Amino acid sequence: MSSPKEIMRENLWTNNPIFMQILGICSALAVTNLMINTLIMTLGVVFVTAMSNLTVSLMKSLIPRKVRMIVQTLIIAFYVIIVDILLRAYLPDISRALGPYVGLIITNCIIMGRAEAFAQSNPPVLSLWDGVTSGMGYMGVLMTIAFVRELLGFGTVLGFPVLPSGFEPWIIMVTPPSAFFLLGIIIWIGKTIMNKEGATA
Amino acid sequence: MNAETLLNPFSLFFASIITSNILLSNFLGMCSFIAISKDSSSSNGLGMAVTVVLTVTTAINWLILHHVLIPLDLVYLRFIVFIVSIAAVVQMLEMIIDRVSQALYLNLGIFLPLITVNCAILGVSLFMEIRQYTLLQSVIYGLGSGLGWWLAIMLLSAIRKKTEKSKVSPALQGPGLTMITIGFMAMAFIGFSGMLAVQ
Repeated sequence: MSSPKEIMRENLWTNNPIFMQILGICSALAVTNLMINTLIMTLGVVFVTAMSNLTVSLMKSLIPRKVRMIVQTLIIAFYVIIVDILLRAYLPDISRALGPYVGLIITNCIIMGRAEAFAQSNPPVLSLWDGVTSGMGYMGVLMTIAFVRELLGFGTVLGFPVLPSGFEPWIIMVTPPSAFFLLGIIIWIGKTIMNKEGATA
Repeated sequence: MNAETLLNPFSLFFASIITSNILLSNFLGMCSFIAISKDSSSSNGLGMAVTVVLTVTTAINWLILHHVLIPLDLVYLRFIVFIVSIAAVVQMLEMIIDRVSQALYLNLGIFLPLITVNCAILGVSLFMEIRQYTLLQSVIYGLGSGLGWWLAIMLLSAIRKKTEKSKVSPALQGPGLTMITIGFMAMAFIGFSGMLAVQ
């Protein structure tokens, strides 16, 4: 069994859900045009991953193997509904901006993947930790993309203007293709560093 | 919601295939898109399956939403209800296809289980709810989105066949290059958005 520290390193870097496993990008890219939306969305993902991992791990001996997929999906859907209701009540503007993407956390492959690959066979506390760190790995990559898109697309960081007023916003950064380009570039950089590490190790 | 799309099912249909392509402008269905697009005959099968399932589930979810959830004031349960109805539809389709045609089952059937977790299916149902489409519009939107997804995966699998042979930096090979390719495709598709748009 791996230690909490190893799990963290693995989920944040060497086995990062986005750039190593290419999972969960479905709902990811659409929300990265503004940092604040991304932050709320990824916090939702961290919460759902952690809690569903914990629940699946606690219930693993109760769930019959044959129906475990549907049970896991229902557990995940339960937490997503909580996130959705909280957002509607306390952050209605962001809830509207995120639109259907909050609901789409259910089909985010990372959550299902962690429940299946980790929580199914590990103790509850470790599973909770695994869920939190996987969510953080996801958050890290998305916040990077959102930072670049917001900075170049609107000239702001978290809504505060940082670039001089003469700056001409790049329209492409507001449109969907830029998210694909940036993710491609991030995967490229990440893998280059990793290959170097692999070569020296 | 603008009046034009309400009146004109044709513009909704074409917009959902091209300018508001579910994959390239809403980023839905990416996971299986990247994994499957390595191989063009699987891409074709999956694209077909997605189109069928999208059309059927969007209609069924519309009926459930308007005739069960809204009258009973249970709209907050829609995530669970939609995902269960999608899983049920996929299961039924699998059984029906198995009975009706063995050849079609071999082409299509193996992709059906993958589809339950395809974000595009749930996404279209949620968009249908948020944009308050009518039943006819929902069916057209579901069909158009499915065709758009099919078109996109076929195009990408063709491009990937070419890029496989080209020499690129090893770190960029695979997913990195695919993402950048999809970026260019998205630019091409979204270039038409001045003509039509659904929001």
